[in-house]
Amino acid sequence: MIRAVIVMNDQGKPRLLKFYHYQPVEKQHEIIRTIYGVLCSRADNVSNFVNAESIFGPDARLVYKTFATLYFVFVFDASENELAILDLMQVFVETLDKCFSNVCELDIVFNFNKVHTILDEIIVGGQVLETSSSEVVKAVDEISRLEKASNSIMRVPKSISAWQGR
Amino acid sequence: MLSSPSLMDTLFQRSLEDLIKGLRLHLPGTPTSNFISKNIEEIKKEIKSTDLNTKSIALQKLTYLHSLYGINMSNWASFHAIELTSSPFFGHKKVGYLAVSISFNSNTEVLLLLVNQLRKDLGSPCEFEVSLALETIGFVINQELAVNLIDNVFVLISSSKSFVRKKAIVTLLRVFEVYPDGIKVCFKRLVENLENGDVGCVSASVGVFCELAMREPRLCLPLAPEFYKILVDCRNNWVLIKVLKVFGKLAELEPRLGKKLVDPVCEHLRRTGAKSVVFECVRTIVSCLSEFDYALRLAVEKIREFLVDDDPNLKYLGLQGLSIVSRKCLWAVVENKDAVIKSLSDADVNIKSEALRLVMAMVSEDNVTEICKVLISYAIKSDPEFCNEILAAILSTCGSNVYELIIDFDWYISLLGEMARIQHCQKGEEIENQLIDIGMRVRDVRPELVRVGRDLLIDPALLGNPFIHRILSAAAWLCGEHVQFTKNPFEVMDALLQPRTNLLPASIRAVYIHSAFKVLSFCLHSYLLPNESASSWVDSDAGEPYLLSESEILETSNSSALNDDQIYEQRVLNLAEGASSIENVLDTNVAQEQSTLPLKKGLFTEESIKNLLSLVETALRPLSGSHEVEIQERVCNILGLIELMQGELPNSVIQGGENFEKGESKASDFIKLVHDAFSEDLGPISLSAQERVPIPDGLLLEENLNNLDKICGDIELPVSTSFSLGRPVSDKHDSVPLFNNHDKDESELSKESTSLLTEHRKRHGLYYLSSDKKEVVSDYYPLANEPETQGNANDVTEDLVKLTEQSFFPKKKPNHVKARPTVVKLDEADGRIPSVTKKLDSANTAISGAVQDVLLGNDTNPYSSQVKPSDKLSSNSKGKEKLHIGQSIELNEHTTVDKSELDSSRPKRNKKHKERKHRSSVKTAEDRDKNGLEDKQTSGHHHTRNKARHRADGDLKVVAQTPVIPDFLL
Repeated sequence: MIRAVIVMNDQGKPRLLKFYHYQPVEKQHEIIRTIYGVLCSRADNVSNFVNAESIFGPDARLVYKTFATLYFVFVFDASENELAILDLMQVFVETLDKCFSNVCELDIVFNFNKVHTILDEIIVGGQVLETSSSEVVKAVDEISRLEKASNSIMRVPKSISAWQGR
Repeated sequence: MLSSPSLMDTLFQRSLEDLIKGLRLHLPGTPTSNFISKNIEEIKKEIKSTDLNTKSIALQKLTYLHSLYGINMSNWASFHAIELTSSPFFGHKKVGYLAVSISFNSNTEVLLLLVNQLRKDLGSPCEFEVSLALETIGFVINQELAVNLIDNVFVLISSSKSFVRKKAIVTLLRVFEVYPDGIKVCFKRLVENLENGDVGCVSASVGVFCELAMREPRLCLPLAPEFYKILVDCRNNWVLIKVLKVFGKLAELEPRLGKKLVDPVCEHLRRTGAKSVVFECVRTIVSCLSEFDYALRLAVEKIREFLVDDDPNLKYLGLQGLSIVSRKCLWAVVENKDAVIKSLSDADVNIKSEALRLVMAMVSEDNVTEICKVLISYAIKSDPEFCNEILAAILSTCGSNVYELIIDFDWYISLLGEMARIQHCQKGEEIENQLIDIGMRVRDVRPELVRVGRDLLIDPALLGNPFIHRILSAAAWLCGEHVQFTKNPFEVMDALLQPRTNLLPASIRAVYIHSAFKVLSFCLHSYLLPNESASSWVDSDAGEPYLLSESEILETSNSSALNDDQIYEQRVLNLAEGASSIENVLDTNVAQEQSTLPLKKGLFTEESIKNLLSLVETALRPLSGSHEVEIQERVCNILGLIELMQGELPNSVIQGGENFEKGESKASDFIKLVHDAFSEDLGPISLSAQERVPIPDGLLLEENLNNLDKICGDIELPVSTSFSLGRPVSDKHDSVPLFNNHDKDESELSKESTSLLTEHRKRHGLYYLSSDKKEVVSDYYPLANEPETQGNANDVTEDLVKLTEQSFFPKKKPNHVKARPTVVKLDEADGRIPSVTKKLDSANTAISGAVQDVLLGNDTNPYSSQVKPSDKLSSNSKGKEKLHIGQSIELNEHTTVDKSELDSSRPKRNKKHKERKHRSSVKTAEDRDKNGLEDKQTSGHHHTRNKARHRADGDLKVVAQTPVIPDFLL
């Protein structure tokens, strides 16, 4: 299963953290620092695998990929295939790209909730559920529509009362 | 107007976007804590609002800060999150559930308040609400929750919407983890989902079974037909990978599956274009289908493609694949050795270490020399970290199983010496242990050990590198202990007392001084009792006196190290020739005995002994006030000996004159005693030797000695005149902190040392050994750690590949100049310590127990459709579980770790002193032990290893046959 999905920028600032087995926040940030220390010491043209057994215990594997200013990091165990996870990362980034049209770090910074929604459509409970980015986009759009619908219901009376309030 | 203050709050509330913008305004590096704590204050107010919208925005902000800025919200905002999940609006609900999934865990107190809401949402007609609830369950599940919700989730795995169904399936996995009994209820439905038309559902359920198979493969064995169908029919790469993983586990349990599997797997391997599937097929073949030759060939071919690919990922995985193959068939590695060797100089650390591991796997008796040569040349030009990784690999491979791979110990010893001179070497401790260990175990190699030790000792530059102090300590000890093999004891003494020894930590310096004592007593003994010592040399060394004739010494002291080697080798050759015929042996013996006598007369003259004594005294006198007790005691001992000798020497010389009556003086009696004590041979001692000493009658080992103080408090203990040589544990402070300075100044230091030594010689020339050697002391000591000239790395690599071209093929007949010397091994237990068996964690066993129940109940016909959890099964469960634990322990027992020989050798050196005292009592037991084993080991040291392996295999098979096999598949 997948144990964690981490997105951080090239200064080590976390942008998205998802641990599929509970870790206290302090521990999460400690892990981020350790991983960042390893990643930024690696050259550009080397393999995408890092030995993560010292951080996550035996059998843990870590795959990372750099997109512009961001590191995407997936941590998983022996029941996943390394190359397949690399493909999955590609799917994740493609989906982000479709949802934000030309995704950049800022999109991920300002759309905290939506990025979580996207990831939740791809991975549930550490298991990969959906690997087609168009399917994911469809579901995410539907969810956003639902969210907006409920928000607009709220907004109408509020804006009226606000207008009355003046 | 009356619309409450919450409305005003809402108007001016910061949104999440405002918060993020505010955070971004802070320049990197400036503290954001003030800004954050101000916002937290706001959030604390807002979150209490009755307006759900305000609350939801506040919670959103809080979730953001919790997740990315580590502001812990779990202790005060949990309730608000739960409140939001019950909002009728999807947007609020979503915010609430996200907060729950990020900040809750299975122990959160308010979790029970969530149960009803979860149940309600699981039953919601809106699929997105259902999916929110399912996603959240995965993060917070505990046993209570599982019991409460399993029915609701169970209903969903037969939902008509695949969007919901697949999420329900993977959520079940989480439920099983905390509530294994749940499997009984759901197993059949899950199996049905394997045959579902929807790829998403199949993928999800295969994923679940794959996880279950990883934990307990036995569970999935009865499902083999279903998986087989998927393997043959499926064209989805994700599903295929998971099914291959499942089969990988199943084939380990049931070897007969292999025959069925091999064709479809090869078919996929040929057909697929996806690298991930290729790699998974390869991994399956090499790990469990390796007995099928054509499949293995195909897999190795694919690995080869990976290895030569430019993509470092593929290269890395290719190497990993090879290292799985290497456990069973080494030819695959040998075939790809060029690629492997090239990877040693890759830019990527992962690839380098993987390649190193493979190279070590190729090592055999025949090629160990060549491989080590190649590796050392890599070590010299690689970065410090990898250099030490290489050294560690060489040391552990060569040292494994009592140096099983080593035939030519002389070569190995000089390799160890070479390692000490590598610039980045930090493996001092390991090398020290091996040097000492070999010295004890391999009698024939001691002359070479002394030669290598001497080379290390006389190099003052080496003293500047704290990482190799431990090696020097071993060298000093060896030169002292086996001083009779040295060509020139004066030179060794000179090295042991050189001024730069003050760079050594006290414990190691003590070893130096103690060794000086041994050398001194040896010289005096040779001088005073030349006859006796000559014969004792010849006796103890099987007719080979290691002292060269006088002319040779003169020659060697002037000649370079290379010449030393040549002479040495010639000597070895002579010996080998000599051993071929008895006549020759006799001849050489006679000849050598004749040549040794004048030698000693020439070497140990009155003049030289006097010089030696004064040298020692001058060097050590200042240390007699040392604060280090180990140093002080040893110095006092040696000075005591010198004083005694200086009183006696003139007499003896006058008395003796030209004759050999020197032997009768008091001094010679004393020296004889000391010498005899030291010449007692130290052998390795079994770990269990102590236990074999019978406890004498009347000796109470358990009794408390506290009240002894009262009885003999006023009696002063006699001052011990014996020497104790504590293990030179380097103190903590001497190891690391010094490193940086020394490393930086290495070259300067070594230059400095050269001049230091010459200056010392000039100033105290009188105390140095004089014209005895007739050599001109060279002012220039070559830098110890001079880095190799940095050539073109690529060229070097290619050369090395060429160099190794032949070396990796096992030679048909190794042309060893001499037979492997006897290596003393003690007992079977020597180095083999069974590891503690580890138990599977209880959750897994519980899961397996539960599924076992379901499976065993209906394995006569796995298709007997709807199985209801019958009473019969659950009543069985306790017993089954126990049985199961028993089996898993059985499996684990075979993973005994061969504890390295070196570890076991450590205490030996420690105990040395004690052993000497107890020798007489231990001896009988030990001798018996040694004799028995020496006989055995020459023929048997391969067998023991194979036997162990064989045994493990046998047992595994027995275990493997226990599970139930669906016969229709086979």
